[in-house]
Amino acid sequence: MLRGADGRGGHRLIVYLAAGDPSLEETGKLLQAVDRGGADVIELGIPFSDPMADGPVIQRASERALKRGATVTRILQLLPAWRRTLHAPVILFSYFNPILQYGLERFARDVAQAGAEGALVVDLSPEEAGSYIQAMHASNLDTVFLASPTSTDERLARIGSVSTGFLYLISRAGVTGERGTVPEALSALAQRVRRFSKLPLAVGFGLSNPEQVREAQKVADAAVVGSALVRAIEERYPVEREDGVEQFVRWLRSGA
Amino acid sequence: MTVVTGKVAEERKEAVARTGPDARGRFGDFGGRYVPETLMHPVEELERAYEAARNDPSFRQELSDLLKTYAGRPTPLFHARRLSERLGLRGIYLKREDLLHTGAHKINNCLGQALVARRMGKTRLVAETGAGQHGVATATVAALMGLKCAVYMGEEDMARQSPNVFRMRLLGAEVIPVGSGSKTLKDAINEAMRDWVTNVESTHYLLGSVLGPHPYPVMVRDFHRVIGEEARRQILEAEGRLPDALFACVGGGSNSMGLFYEFIPDASVRMVGVEAGGCGAELGQHAARFDGGRPGVLHGCFTYVLQTADGLVSDTHSVSAGLDYPAIGPEHAALFRMGRVEYTRASDGEALAAAQCLARMEGIIPALESAHAVAEVIKRAPRMDPNEVVIVNLSGRGDKDLSIFQSAGIL
Repeated sequence: MLRGADGRGGHRLIVYLAAGDPSLEETGKLLQAVDRGGADVIELGIPFSDPMADGPVIQRASERALKRGATVTRILQLLPAWRRTLHAPVILFSYFNPILQYGLERFARDVAQAGAEGALVVDLSPEEAGSYIQAMHASNLDTVFLASPTSTDERLARIGSVSTGFLYLISRAGVTGERGTVPEALSALAQRVRRFSKLPLAVGFGLSNPEQVREAQKVADAAVVGSALVRAIEERYPVEREDGVEQFVRWLRSGA
Repeated sequence: MTVVTGKVAEERKEAVARTGPDARGRFGDFGGRYVPETLMHPVEELERAYEAARNDPSFRQELSDLLKTYAGRPTPLFHARRLSERLGLRGIYLKREDLLHTGAHKINNCLGQALVARRMGKTRLVAETGAGQHGVATATVAALMGLKCAVYMGEEDMARQSPNVFRMRLLGAEVIPVGSGSKTLKDAINEAMRDWVTNVESTHYLLGSVLGPHPYPVMVRDFHRVIGEEARRQILEAEGRLPDALFACVGGGSNSMGLFYEFIPDASVRMVGVEAGGCGAELGQHAARFDGGRPGVLHGCFTYVLQTADGLVSDTHSVSAGLDYPAIGPEHAALFRMGRVEYTRASDGEALAAAQCLARMEGIIPALESAHAVAEVIKRAPRMDPNEVVIVNLSGRGDKDLSIFQSAGIL
């Protein structure tokens, strides 16, 4: 999915937004705005009540979304209509419990029917993912797993063996959120990860501006921007509406 | 005292092994390891460090010395004669964990984990706390071992358990208020996990209950097993026989696991875990996971969770901050499913009344958490055989709860 329309890899931009933030009605418009802005892949967050891997920005977005009824059921009902209007592929991003309660096979079937490409489950390790992987692959969906600076070689091999679509490398230990700099060790880390997987590599966590996006794209095939876009939706969208969000994605891409 | 040998010992071992965990950290279907990738290697390292420690005689010796000379073990098993007489039972025995240093059973686990953390070269402890007892015990062992300490505590819990906030600060810990979600224990765990994932090189997460990713549930249980080991020996000395029933409150489930574990193979011993019945039967009004919850994943393990149909974790309510939590330790989930432990609930009102009763009948002010276990004995005594002998785990003392008694109109 990271090859893009022109069939080439490299220099891709992946953006994250939380479904239902600020409301489910507006999510459709915001998806179109980031699509117009030039996102190559869209990660659509299914909010969870206890987002323990997320920093304050995405926590706030999750709370807003849950107050507006953004449950996994509602999101999967709306996803087919949202997806039809977009050029960029969509993958879902969540915690395991909402998916488990929805039912793994039912989730996979509905995600596939909605035309999304796959999912990333932040608190699901390869060790616990057997039934999930089986259900997703049976519906021809991608299972994106995370690699981290703390992952040993043994773990990277395991992560590489269960991932499809692309591999998501966390740039540093910690929760999601904007940071001032990209870690110096990122290049070496990306090289180490590539020894264990031929999949395209996306780097995320902490990227918030075009310079950082460019730095990440130097060592990986794609850069992921989450909290910074969610903050733009929080701060700019109320005033500048969809145009402000589209401009923000365009600005992120200008480094590409 | 009964000496367990030969075939009996083998049967005991087998029965104990039945509840696990297996190599993947599963107690039957429950448990496991559901954490972000950044924490996977750290929990693997912790598992290895804990394994090495428990097999190291010098570790066991140091822990047992500290439990004896610092924490105050063994704790007495007290025959509550006036209460027994009032309720028409032969013997209600109280396991006096409330007499331990820092005022609750929590110190057993904190000493053990702090020693493991020191062996791992960690310089900082982070913890969550509900009632504040685990936070105080963590701050205490951090001071004892010269480690830095940060404790996350929900804003609602800081207000209702303020004496413990002051104790932690006096002990040199940083108490960090958590204002997200329900502002209670669940949210404090989220924040502690976020801290750990960010500072994982220097920091050990000293989780305070039999919860979380493997190896926490088994490690925390093992550090509290001493409660049941002592109680079993003590009741055999006092009564010449095993008890008929055990009672303990269950929040995450550490004090109850500690008391129950040693008795699991003793088929004649009934075990009763008492959850927080709160102020009603609706979702959000209680913390009775086995009466309204269903299996799901929260905070690193697969267990019973109070949640909505869409898998969102519910808010809970209990007068006792230590029981006010939507999930339960995975080993309890396994014991529930096996039918080995009976789980029931006591309401806020019943717990407050039981605390007052124990104070007046025996001169012991229990923590409101532990008062739930006392309440269950009071409730079912009329239906019990008068010859019964029971043990109640008095897991903590009630000094921290005075303002709650006051606002309930008891003082």
